[in-house]
Amino acid sequence: MTALSIKVDGVRYSDEVEPRMLLVQYLREKLGKVGTVIGCDTSNCGACTVHLDGKSVKSCSVLAVQANGSEVTTIEGLATKGQLHPMQQAFHQCHALQCGFCTPGMIMQSISLLQENPHPTEHQIREGLEGNICRCTGYQNIVAAVQAAAGEMAAAAPAEAGRHALATAGAAPADSSGVLA
Amino acid sequence: MTATLDPAVETPTVEIGRERRRKEDAHLITGATRWTDNMVLPGMVHLAMLRSPHAHAKITSVSVAGALDLPGVVGAWTGADFPEQAGLPCAWPITADMKSPVRLPVAVDAVKHAGEIIAVVAARTKAEAVDAVEAITLDYEPLPVVLDMQAALADGATLIHPELGTNENAVWVFDSGTAGTGGSAVDALAAAADDPDQVVVERTFRQQRLIPAFMEPRSTVVDPTSDQITIWSATQIPHVMRVLIALSQGIPEHKLRVIAPDVGGGFGGKLQLTPEEVVTMMVARKLNKPAKYTETRSESLISAHHGRDQIQRLRMSARRDGTITGFDVDLLADMGAYLGTVGPGVPILGAFMFNAIYKIPAYRFTCTNVFTNKTITDAYRGAGRPEATFGVERMMDELAAELGMEPMELRKKNWITHDEFPFTTVAGLTYDSGNYEAATDQAVGLFKYDELRAEQSRRRAANDPVQLGIGISTFTEMCGLAPSRVLGSLSYAAGGWESASIRMLPTGGVEVITGASAHGQGHETAWSQIVADELGVPFDSITVIHGDTQSAPKGMDTYGSRSLVVGGVAVVKAAQKVVAKAKVIAAHLLEASEDDLEFAGGKFSVKGTDTSLGIAEIAWATFAAHNLPDGIEPSLDSEATFDPDNFSYPHGTHLCATEVDTETGKVTIRSYVCVDDIGVVVNPLIADGQIHGGLAQGIAQALYEEAQYSEDGQLTSGTFVDYLLPTAADLPSFTLGRTITPSTTNPLGAKGVGEAGTIASTPAVVNAVIDAIRHLGVTDVEMPCTPQRVWRAIQDAKSGSSSSGSSGSSGEERVPVAGAQVEGVLSTGVPTAPADDAGSNPDQNHSSNGGSA
Repeated sequence: MTALSIKVDGVRYSDEVEPRMLLVQYLREKLGKVGTVIGCDTSNCGACTVHLDGKSVKSCSVLAVQANGSEVTTIEGLATKGQLHPMQQAFHQCHALQCGFCTPGMIMQSISLLQENPHPTEHQIREGLEGNICRCTGYQNIVAAVQAAAGEMAAAAPAEAGRHALATAGAAPADSSGVLA
Repeated sequence: MTATLDPAVETPTVEIGRERRRKEDAHLITGATRWTDNMVLPGMVHLAMLRSPHAHAKITSVSVAGALDLPGVVGAWTGADFPEQAGLPCAWPITADMKSPVRLPVAVDAVKHAGEIIAVVAARTKAEAVDAVEAITLDYEPLPVVLDMQAALADGATLIHPELGTNENAVWVFDSGTAGTGGSAVDALAAAADDPDQVVVERTFRQQRLIPAFMEPRSTVVDPTSDQITIWSATQIPHVMRVLIALSQGIPEHKLRVIAPDVGGGFGGKLQLTPEEVVTMMVARKLNKPAKYTETRSESLISAHHGRDQIQRLRMSARRDGTITGFDVDLLADMGAYLGTVGPGVPILGAFMFNAIYKIPAYRFTCTNVFTNKTITDAYRGAGRPEATFGVERMMDELAAELGMEPMELRKKNWITHDEFPFTTVAGLTYDSGNYEAATDQAVGLFKYDELRAEQSRRRAANDPVQLGIGISTFTEMCGLAPSRVLGSLSYAAGGWESASIRMLPTGGVEVITGASAHGQGHETAWSQIVADELGVPFDSITVIHGDTQSAPKGMDTYGSRSLVVGGVAVVKAAQKVVAKAKVIAAHLLEASEDDLEFAGGKFSVKGTDTSLGIAEIAWATFAAHNLPDGIEPSLDSEATFDPDNFSYPHGTHLCATEVDTETGKVTIRSYVCVDDIGVVVNPLIADGQIHGGLAQGIAQALYEEAQYSEDGQLTSGTFVDYLLPTAADLPSFTLGRTITPSTTNPLGAKGVGEAGTIASTPAVVNAVIDAIRHLGVTDVEMPCTPQRVWRAIQDAKSGSSSSGSSGSSGEERVPVAGAQVEGVLSTGVPTAPADDAGSNPDQNHSSNGGSA
């Protein structure tokens, strides 16, 4: 067993875990963070995507002990003060989910996508979501939701958006976390 | 003749037709979910399975002793340790003499496909259970593996179930000549062969094996610690499952409660009583402890049922003016090693759809179901109808090419016109309504069909290395499974009704209980819209309850695009009963005659006065029961069970434009337009979402997905690395249109939408691929149309060898031409085994050249 200290959705945890335990298993089995789900065993589907220190990762591809000292945000920690994240709102508005199983990972990856490129084209959105599989929607409304959220988030932070608009398409701004708060 | 409405003008109701955002979303977008695998119960044990690594073998010894010594292991069992287990039921014996093997949840003595369960371990944690499986020892005696359907049927073939004496499951025939619904197809085709004014086109197509690949792996939790055993499962069919367990496993139905909590997709793939569900139940009962089993994705791909897998030999005759004179359909359908819950009936559903929207005077359908050493096949989105639609729509393009006709013109010449409804088809179904002209006109306009044809001509003349192809699919399907009498005539064990009940709560809320258990379809939203209109209560005052046999006790569940047109109609009927009961009480309270009351907007009004009473007020008065008419029960609650008289028949025109790189074989979808007529639409947002997802799965069959087996029966596409589900980057944006020709078979006028996109899109895409390269001599590319297959078909055509699927006039030869195609091109020097050898499996050839998408 190995000691692990981690902050998940704003709460600090200290645990002893088997070195082989995956981050997604730790989240689900030890912390009860069952909003994050497991859809495959080859890191193809992306259903388990969370943010590790602000970057999207497939939590099936990270050992829990690798996250020692890190901060993790899951789908359960996204809404703040009862307010949905604009991406959650956009998924609802655009009917970007059906069964909802891929949705946690899809939302987390979509947020990460906009962090890297706040004004993506449809093509860039499709490429950016390539690591997340949805079997229900045909992706059309997911793409629409990401576009809607991009607009919403840009409008909510015009100064940030202006700065991003000057950035070359595809070049990731160093810090866009202000847009996502 | 049926009326087609203008969707822009027709807004007859308040809620129906609105793009309501879904009630289901709130918990799904915040992670507050109730997937079965999320469940943890006190004292719960976790299960892991030992699965057969062999496709066909005798188990000569098996010992779990080593597993029992490991930390955390509570128990381990082989098949022989479950004397209580009984075979899993097949609910669809399609013929009286159908051969039905025993399929035990845990194999005893022999295994018939890779992935079959041999032993199970229960432990404190999943990790400990998985570790312990490694310690189980066993010996096998491998047996010859039978994978190819023709080889399985050949004399002297290895028998997968020796006790059956054959690998043939059943032969099912429909002949319009003997049924009295048309002429004899055999006679028509024979006459055509001798008639210089007619042509006969013969093709052999292969429907590759697919995997439903729902995103949520299957999971089951069983709590045996009360009088009723409670089973939570990721299933489409909680009600059917309860009946099947009671029938097959010796547990009385009233001692079972089945719950389908949040279920992450199904697409037919969770329409099954699974071995895993029964095993989890048996272990929980042995230990008297809650037990959970959740499959890995790899286990899911190898052991959850597959779909499609047919060889279609099709012969169509027509006069030179394009009028079809006969159609003969001869199918081989791969059941896999056993029979699933409805597996044998799946290809038979296609029997009624090969004639599609066309007036075909003579038709025969023959389907031979075959056992092989592969995972079972069963329902997958469309179930029988995609196969039929693919077959007929590909044949229409082949016939058009043979006749030198424009493929859309050929379709128009043969389709049922809007003034001919209701129309009884050669397969014996009566299509109630439709307007193929209107849907096609809209689709052609959105697609800019004529402009694309002109561009195609230019690029063909310029010998553009990237060629443009246009694919058509004008389809219909039968939805709303199903009239119980029809199911009875097809020997299905159960009926096709659906149940609904409505509880009027004293404080104004409404509970709607439906037997159609949803897993992503949005019933909670759509049913609320229906009830809001029927009862005149606010959308947000309604809660829809489903998926638990305790709270929603009656139902036939969700599949076959049946929920709205059967389950939704049951909701309408239950609401109408509520109104009828309320009317009696309203008349009493208003001191008026019932005849003088009218109900609108949630209020009973006395005609010609401003005196009225709202339904919520009546609900309270009924609850208080202080002042009710004599002899009237103090309840407005109502229940209805709806059994449709007929199917419903959505239709549509799908058009696909592909860019095919003739130098690399790469296929890119440039545009996709579909105009679907699904009747009256309750929620356009949800309906369009269903079509989007359906299109993705149909396109995936055309271009990406295939369950491939190695020659020793191993599923080589057994992970998501190898089984190519399309991603966002692989699919285009779709352009959707709509016509509305209300169904006349139900009071909602709805037709069903869950499978339309899947059924229609596969032939549209493949027709577009062929259309791009037909001028090079290509007449078929086997699915999935990977770059390698497309490139190879072009090379074959250039070198003059037959292109895939263009079977000649080789009489009764049923071997798909694809095998010959591969043999002709591969220059490995490896001799190809003769066709009657069990080792010569076309699938093997595919597995050697696939996976290149």
